Amino acid sequence: MQISTAPMTAAEQAAMQSMLRTMRKQRIQDFFFHKTTMLFALSVLAVLLGIIFSLMVGAWPAFKEFGPAFITTVEWDPVNDQYGAMIAIVGTLATSGIALLIAFPVSFGIALFLTEICPASLRRPLGTAVELLAGIPSIIYGMWGLFVFAPLFGDYVQPLLKSTIGQLPLIGQFFSGPTMGIGILTAALILAVMIIPFISSVMRDVFEIVPAVLKESAYGLGCTRWEVVRKIVLPYTKTGVVGGVMLGLGRALGETMAVTFVIGNANKLSFSLFAAGNSIASTLANEFAESDTALHTSSLFALALILFVITFIVLSAAKLMLAGMSRKEGVK
Amino acid sequence: MSATLEKAAMNPVYRKRLLTHRIGIALSVAAMSVGLLVLAWILITLIIKGFGALSIHMFTQTTPAPGSEGGGLLNAIVGSLLIVGLSTLISTPIGILAGIYLAEYGEENKIANITRFVTDIMLSAPSIVIGMFVWAMYVATAKHYSGYAGSVALALIAVPVVVRTTDNMLRLVPNSLLEAAFALGAPRWKVAMMVRLRAVKAGVITGVLLAVARVSGETAPLLFTALNNQFFSADMNAPMANLPVVIYGFAMSPYDNWRELAWGGALLVTFSVLALNIISRTVFAQKAPN
Repeated sequence: MQISTAPMTAAEQAAMQSMLRTMRKQRIQDFFFHKTTMLFALSVLAVLLGIIFSLMVGAWPAFKEFGPAFITTVEWDPVNDQYGAMIAIVGTLATSGIALLIAFPVSFGIALFLTEICPASLRRPLGTAVELLAGIPSIIYGMWGLFVFAPLFGDYVQPLLKSTIGQLPLIGQFFSGPTMGIGILTAALILAVMIIPFISSVMRDVFEIVPAVLKESAYGLGCTRWEVVRKIVLPYTKTGVVGGVMLGLGRALGETMAVTFVIGNANKLSFSLFAAGNSIASTLANEFAESDTALHTSSLFALALILFVITFIVLSAAKLMLAGMSRKEGVK
Repeated sequence: MSATLEKAAMNPVYRKRLLTHRIGIALSVAAMSVGLLVLAWILITLIIKGFGALSIHMFTQTTPAPGSEGGGLLNAIVGSLLIVGLSTLISTPIGILAGIYLAEYGEENKIANITRFVTDIMLSAPSIVIGMFVWAMYVATAKHYSGYAGSVALALIAVPVVVRTTDNMLRLVPNSLLEAAFALGAPRWKVAMMVRLRAVKAGVITGVLLAVARVSGETAPLLFTALNNQFFSADMNAPMANLPVVIYGFAMSPYDNWRELAWGGALLVTFSVLALNIISRTVFAQKAPN
């Protein structure tokens, strides 16, 4: 191709001009495109800041009235306008903690089954089935828990627990008292079912990034499948597994409707896991619409703030751990 | 079976390892069965208890007054469709544009990294707190509950789902395709909207459907925003009946026909949500190979 050195004709100059105009126009369009999309991305941040800010504003009168002691005060008494967060915090942590103890081994078993044991043709349908558990709305778990699960649990399982573990020293008191079916333990069990799909799906994802070479080497040395999972897969994916568990914990802490149905909604502290209690979320669901004094509303905002801060910390930890895990995937 | 294997089987260390292995595998199968059994148990409960309410009246009559016979869920169904529909209209453009920003400009960019982090947290944030936020921002200032407030609350829950899937999908588009478009002189916004976004249309729709499925069953954020309405109303600026809140109220009520309607509504919501989940998964499954 020859490059012409002759001066541009008028027509060529006009073409050049129009091209420059188009390019300038496109640059302006791109500028606006960048800023517009950025605005929408920033709106997500704005919502988070807005939530924290509005909760703080709402909670301010309660914290001013009760001080930091609000968190450690047991009494929650709308009739006398006295509020403390302890019952709700203990209820939230107890239900979520027990849920995690149950959900962790089950989720691990499911993830193990789906990645290592299950025939390839069944992997997809069974995986979808477990994920559908996460799709069932919270209120349905609540109805099922209250009307189907709790009566059976109270009639058969709780008396059994009471007559066995309940007789042991120390931990026996956790399994004592009337067996009504509803209460902290029932809420924890329902929560466990609800978070199993989240934990097992994260575990599945991280199990799949274990390099095949590592596993095959272990098999080559004569390891059983269980040993490969226990001694190769789990250590390799430790951070991711803990991240998944934290994610499940974050979900359990804020779960509202299912817990509201089965926890019993009693504002009292009890050692027994069979007793009715209250979690932060269930207190909010039950009392917020009917709170008649400003202090009551404000105390509920204070509870919401506490819940949001705890969940935020737990979920951030989960996210950071999983981010570390996906970097590992890049190294592979 | 060869003789060496049989000899190995006699070895106590080997037998112990094999036993541990078998117990481990058996527990894993048991865990899987527990998961599937609970799913089946819930679905069967819904079918048995909800089937009785499933009649034409459920779709043609409004919620019954206390103590009156019969009745349906017409106002709640219409209310839910309106609230969820509006929330989808709000959340889809916001979520897609924010997702485009993350995928286009978000490689080594502080704003994008923070946004991604916050989006992931908002995905699991307690929905009741979002309801209280909308109550404080909207209901408390407007001084009345409304369908609009419910839609805003649901949109806040849906946006992170859409952002997340859009971002993930856009990153699947091969660079060569984008470079080809750039080489033809297309500006960045055209490449992003007309090449990149279009290439993963199915995936983005999956995200929107998953978001719809997620918010359709949400009850907690509607308790203090849309509230409830005993009568038929299509006015979104007033308290509005919606399936989840009606189910909640009716399930806890002392009236038999209310409780039956609650189970009917529960059946309707659950199977719609699960159908949306399955449809969106199959749409995505067809797209996955590239």
